[in-house]
Amino acid sequence: MGATTDTSNETIDLTIKVWRQSGPDDRGEFRTYDLKGVSTHMSFLEMLDVLNEQLLAGDEEPVAFDHDCREGICGMCGMVINGQAHGPDRETTTCQLHMRRFNDGDTIVIEPWRATAFPVIRDLVVDRSAFDRIIEAGGFVSVNTGNPPDANAILVPKDDAEQSMNAAACIGCGACVAACKNASAMLFVGAKVSHLALLPQGKPERKQRANDMVAQMDKEQFGSCTNTYECEAACPAGISVENIARLNREYLRSLLPF
Amino acid sequence: MSTTTQASSTLISNVPSGPMQERWTKHKFEMKLVNPANKRKFDVIVVGTGLAGASAAASLAELGYNVKSFCIQDSPRRAHSIAAQGGINAAKNYPNDGDSVWRLFYDTVKGGDYRSRESNVYRLAEVSNNIIDQCVAQGVPFAREYGGTLSNRSFGGAQVSRTFYARGQTGQQLLLGAYSALMRQVKLGKVQLYPRREMLDLVIVDGMARGIVTRNLVTGEFESHAAHAVLLCTGGYGNAYFLSTNAKSCNVTAAWRCHRRGAFFANPCYTQIHPTCIPVSGDYQSKLTLMSESLRNDGRVWVSKKEGDKRHPTDIPEDERDYFLERRYPAFGNLVPRDVASRAAKERCDAGYGVGETGLAVYLDFRDAIKRDGEDVIRAKYGNLFHMYEKITADNPYEVPMKIYPAVHYTMGGLWVDYNLMSTIPGLFVLGEANFSDHGANRLGASALMQGLADGYFVIPYTLSHHFGSHSLPSVSTDSPAFKETLVEARNRVESILAVKGNQTVNDLHRKLGKIMWQHCGMARNAEGLKIAKEQIRELRDEFWQTIKVPGVGESFNQNLEYAGRLADFLEFSELLAHDAAERNESCGGHFREEHQTEENAARRDDENYCYVSAWEFNGVGETPTLHKEDLKFEAVPLAVRSYK
Repeated sequence: MGATTDTSNETIDLTIKVWRQSGPDDRGEFRTYDLKGVSTHMSFLEMLDVLNEQLLAGDEEPVAFDHDCREGICGMCGMVINGQAHGPDRETTTCQLHMRRFNDGDTIVIEPWRATAFPVIRDLVVDRSAFDRIIEAGGFVSVNTGNPPDANAILVPKDDAEQSMNAAACIGCGACVAACKNASAMLFVGAKVSHLALLPQGKPERKQRANDMVAQMDKEQFGSCTNTYECEAACPAGISVENIARLNREYLRSLLPF
Repeated sequence: MSTTTQASSTLISNVPSGPMQERWTKHKFEMKLVNPANKRKFDVIVVGTGLAGASAAASLAELGYNVKSFCIQDSPRRAHSIAAQGGINAAKNYPNDGDSVWRLFYDTVKGGDYRSRESNVYRLAEVSNNIIDQCVAQGVPFAREYGGTLSNRSFGGAQVSRTFYARGQTGQQLLLGAYSALMRQVKLGKVQLYPRREMLDLVIVDGMARGIVTRNLVTGEFESHAAHAVLLCTGGYGNAYFLSTNAKSCNVTAAWRCHRRGAFFANPCYTQIHPTCIPVSGDYQSKLTLMSESLRNDGRVWVSKKEGDKRHPTDIPEDERDYFLERRYPAFGNLVPRDVASRAAKERCDAGYGVGETGLAVYLDFRDAIKRDGEDVIRAKYGNLFHMYEKITADNPYEVPMKIYPAVHYTMGGLWVDYNLMSTIPGLFVLGEANFSDHGANRLGASALMQGLADGYFVIPYTLSHHFGSHSLPSVSTDSPAFKETLVEARNRVESILAVKGNQTVNDLHRKLGKIMWQHCGMARNAEGLKIAKEQIRELRDEFWQTIKVPGVGESFNQNLEYAGRLADFLEFSELLAHDAAERNESCGGHFREEHQTEENAARRDDENYCYVSAWEFNGVGETPTLHKEDLKFEAVPLAVRSYK
């Protein structure tokens, strides 16, 4: 499946094997569809749009999938494509994956994120509200709207700001969980804990934050981290596993009495 | 066009009097307060969780109100504010380059082509600095200098550097800041979240907005929610054009439903079309992607001098290239304002000089910049954008010129609001892109984020308490007739969509609407085209109700049903947009009427006859709406011809 450099508007024929599940209580199954004449310029989601139009014409319900901005930033889309969260390209969301990455005659297997903490709602749509509850547990700085100090009264060394931004770039899509054999959310939690721990604004609450967010993560039934780094490989925002190391340090620090 | 519209004097803007600089301060003092113990007796519904909605919901909850927050996505963090790239303006004057609140105010009024409300714009500039302070305190990782202070960069049109940014992800970081404040209030029990809910109607009791009807997008259930006030923070209507830079779920439904219930819709014809987007590449295309305006600093825009030239761009010799922006606008060259650049590209393509397979694109070429500065310098400046472009098009812009074309990006029009952000329905407030008030006929870059957060953090907390303090608002029950009737109407509408069982999909019909809108209500409009558009929209609306095909049932997760409902509302709304465009016989900002242009193809405003806000009152689907005018007075920034030459 090497990337083609041919820029002509060629088309390919595909076999799409996609997970269909009518609701949370349905067992679900793979169904196979032939899709012909797919332009290689299409995005992966546009290919699914075309598949859905084909299903509609045949009076079959379209494949449900989450998507919104289609620019790789909202974090709404996400599916496991041929065994890889968001598909074969590094640092690329499903919406930014393009069909020129595939070849004529390919079979593409598409599944939802699979994790106990992300129950399937329908087809490829999962419930990721566990992520919101983790942020709710402590992913914030306790400051009310009002009269904070002048923005330049808080100096942040440039390198700290850059590192913080690297972590803050997380789009909350859940690919890290889907890629992990333990369905661990350590990269997601590590990114938020790092973003705030690296800034002076986040320091007063750093212990409580790390403690509360980890407790919520466990409560949501995400698994443990065993350092296989599949999360980093799948992350479309390029979040580094060093944020997991930092989360571990922040968590340990939260247990110390000083 | 129609002559049945009439002016009315029912619009009271509640703008305070006195010197511009003192108005907001004076108004804040004159507004009524609700004491802390009483705030917990008030429930507030906030629809939408973008910058305006999330900041409003968090701030109101902090004050003690009980907030219910609704969004159509699975999480409040995904609202489309997240896609904003460039930055957020504020009048901090950190670079010491002559900026001030007054200058930001002046630039915004001028940028809006003198069609915004001065007092609102001044307030926006005034609170801009508080926004930066607030966001920094929340932990938004803005770009920094080596000394640890905040960085600034310059942005479209302004002569000062007043834009704060977090790489190319400023909207994302500001939204995550507001979202974290919101989630903190969820933890404290002051905000109740309702994700995957779509507002389908507004409930009015005794003339006041007192609740909403929603559809649970997972179960399909219809739900009613009561409150003492409703805040609409539901964004713009760019998706009326089908293809736009908006996210797929951006829609006009909430605003349109409120319009149908009596909220006036202001200036719907003011739409912003951004010149540098990746062009349409095929019929399957589902959305358009913006390429930052900053590229025009180093890129040169051109087409071939030969009509229908199919040669590869690198095979076209220098003397056969038409650098049409440099040719037509020697003073500004490739850096002319957005509207001018968009129209010039359209003119070339319409004349048959467009490039690429569709002929609807022009080149943006970095060859000369690379030759001058080296590839590394260009990579350092624009590497991420070049990478994104290559990802989407498979063309390497270091070797072949980018192909770009204008696309619908932002809508300046919206529900009419007074100085307190309240619509013509008491108790219904409208914030952010969903209202009309601050950008006039054209929005400046980096001002959308500023307005959303100004409305949510620093305006609504004051004006909402004034509303509560000024009215007696007895509690209402969702069992009351008004709620029950509204819910039945919403359910009937959804069921009637399912009942059509026709043979056209939502996508088919939405694409058709997009083509009508783009052709006749796009970058250039004329009386004849707008008349055709209105007729075609009406026909398409009938076609929708005869041929729409939505499979499945209502009581389930049914994405086609969601889209169909939104399209049904776009089909009603679009006629109003076309009507407004037809009735405004002048060109201003993003509204360009071909009949009203200067010899240099610039917009020709008519201040004598059109220096007003057009606020439309709904009279029924397909019926001519009633025009209400709010006259615009320019006391601080005198009316002048907008010129960037």
